Amino acid sequence: MLWKNEGSRGAQGSSAERRGKKIPVRAAREVYDKVLPGATFVGVVAALYLVFVYVPNDAYQGPVQRIFYFHVPSAMATFAATGVLALASAMFLWTGREAWDRLAHSAAEVGLLFCSIVLTTGPIWARPIWGTWWTWDARLTTTLILWLIYVAYLMLRNFAPNRELGARYAAVLGVVGAVDVPIINRSVYWWRTIHPAVLRTREGGSGLGDPRMQLTLAVCFAAIALLAVWLLWLRYQTARTADAVAALRQQAAELPEG
Amino acid sequence: MLPLIWKDLLIEFRTKETLVSLLMLGLLTLLVLSLAFDPLSELRPLAAPGTLWVAVIFAGVLGIHRSFLCERENECLQGLLLCPVDRGTIFLAKVFGNALFMLGAQCVILPVFVVFFNLFPSLALLRLVVVLSLGIVGFAAAGTLFAAISVRTRAREVLLPLLVLPLVVPVLIAGVSATAKILAGKGLADVARWLHLLAGYDLLAVVVGWMIFEYAVEE
Amino acid sequence: MAAEAIRAEGLTRRFGAVMALDRISLCVQAGEAVAVFGPNGAGKTTLLRVIGTLLRPTDGRLWLFGHDLRSGSPALRRRVGVLSHQSFLYPDLTAAENLLFYARMYSLPEAGRRVAESVERLELGEWAARPVRTLSRGMLQRCALARALIHRPELLLLDEPFTGLDLEAAAAIERLLREEQQRGATIVLTTHDVARGFAICQRAIILSRGALRWDGPISPAARAEFEGRYAEAVRGAPARAVGEACCL
Repeated sequence: MLWKNEGSRGAQGSSAERRGKKIPVRAAREVYDKVLPGATFVGVVAALYLVFVYVPNDAYQGPVQRIFYFHVPSAMATFAATGVLALASAMFLWTGREAWDRLAHSAAEVGLLFCSIVLTTGPIWARPIWGTWWTWDARLTTTLILWLIYVAYLMLRNFAPNRELGARYAAVLGVVGAVDVPIINRSVYWWRTIHPAVLRTREGGSGLGDPRMQLTLAVCFAAIALLAVWLLWLRYQTARTADAVAALRQQAAELPEG
Repeated sequence: MLPLIWKDLLIEFRTKETLVSLLMLGLLTLLVLSLAFDPLSELRPLAAPGTLWVAVIFAGVLGIHRSFLCERENECLQGLLLCPVDRGTIFLAKVFGNALFMLGAQCVILPVFVVFFNLFPSLALLRLVVVLSLGIVGFAAAGTLFAAISVRTRAREVLLPLLVLPLVVPVLIAGVSATAKILAGKGLADVARWLHLLAGYDLLAVVVGWMIFEYAVEE
Repeated sequence: MAAEAIRAEGLTRRFGAVMALDRISLCVQAGEAVAVFGPNGAGKTTLLRVIGTLLRPTDGRLWLFGHDLRSGSPALRRRVGVLSHQSFLYPDLTAAENLLFYARMYSLPEAGRRVAESVERLELGEWAARPVRTLSRGMLQRCALARALIHRPELLLLDEPFTGLDLEAAAAIERLLREEQQRGATIVLTTHDVARGFAICQRAIILSRGALRWDGPISPAARAEFEGRYAEAVRGAPARAVGEACCL
């Protein structure tokens, strides 16, 4: 076929289309706007209290182990964001609808944020425990490369000649990256296990026997999940508004003089 | 697809731009890395596989970039898009051409590598060529896809390495690991796992690139 | 051959927030020659690129020779030839090699002979054996036209073919276009040269800010109205409705 998809419909469409846009979506939007920030705030405050006040020190690792409660959920958030990015990129290439592109862009920024958190909290935790800032084990290395792919994604969007092409190219990177990351992980894993490990790496620390630790971890998971979703939502809304403003500007520029 | 390959070969024959870039950059990288490691140190042979692959990859990034610059002049790519040909076919032809040029550059780079690292020319070199070929094909596929993208952006020389290098990490790792084993005297059977990884990566890179190239190149 | 060479309905193309084409509907019968006028930035080039399948529209539908482009096959491109601002010729190859390449890409039988014919027809002479880099603008345009014509397309799209050419070169191209029209080709060209456009074509279209402002025959009777609308378009007056799609 010469043209594969219907041709993207811009987010603006006609005002008639916008009005007809289902009421449920608007209701959902209001729920998100009101409930999410509050829930996130509660979650984060609870998590901070639990991590710094409530939970006891780890028997072997001492107070440094508390970083673990932020590190692991952030890693989960990163991979979730990567999944969203991959999916949204594929959907954007397939359907051409701008909404998918906005979602992919928002996921990329949120993912970059949490990936950075993982990459900074990791070494801070590792140094006292393992005696080294960095090991080249599969997970850390893959996360680092993932971070680089995120940066490449955002740079590609910025350096493209126009927004449309930027969206398309970034989506190509998103899809290719998604396919490639598992392969990268595998290859680094083989690389490390074939050479004898210089350090014994033990992700996850000691078993979480203490129920207080389990509770803290669970709450931190929830808090960071809420935070990630809320940030994603905010970013998506910002992108929508920015597009709407640009369209209005263009319409204003086209009005006749006087 | 044949006219496309013929065209790329003819242009290269006339200008020799891509080959010369690949060659010179590869040799320069070899030189710089050789200087970076003490020639008298016992550990120097350990640096050999990495040096070779760094030279291949860095030169490859810039060589592939050049191969698309010529399509930008006079908007020749648009002329290609006007032809009744599948976009995927254009991709495959470009990958073939780029892989061929990279392999051609190896004809000079590999002997120089042998000289710099005082290696003994043996059957191991033939095995090395197998590993290099597999790696180069995968690298050419990923590089061609993103060169088509980056050539239309600003800061294109910066963007292409940033896009391609993270994605070809499997090629680098597999290539270096296999090369190390081969230079230590092992046979191809011992590096089977890495060869499988390279072959799988090649297949995936070519197929995904073939499917997705039209999004990279059309408007 | 279908009676309609081009049929467009509601063609829209946006670049970010800029509306380059605004719901353009038109149809061009086979064998017609249409001139597209309009100020810079009106969307003439965009329109030609969309019709030439180089650009996907954001909205709207397009049929070439009765085939909907959404389901048409790439083979449809065989029937279209495009001459653009850029020559689409590889600067390091000679003109003849470029033509040979394109002849092969279009799978033309006896490619070598077709190239020789083309060189003769376009009077490229010894310039055909020189690298494209060394050609003057006029000769480059002629070579580009040779490239556009080598596969004998039924539909010719030309984007400002006379711009930057001296009188002799422009006259040569005009002559060629007339020959093509006599062969039965459909021609759509954009130009700022009103006189030449009127000399070659039977129908004129005015675009301004992406919208169709006027679509009518080129005749002494319509000339006054055309000039009025053209002046308005250049000045940037607000849109006036153009009649419904003309295809019956």
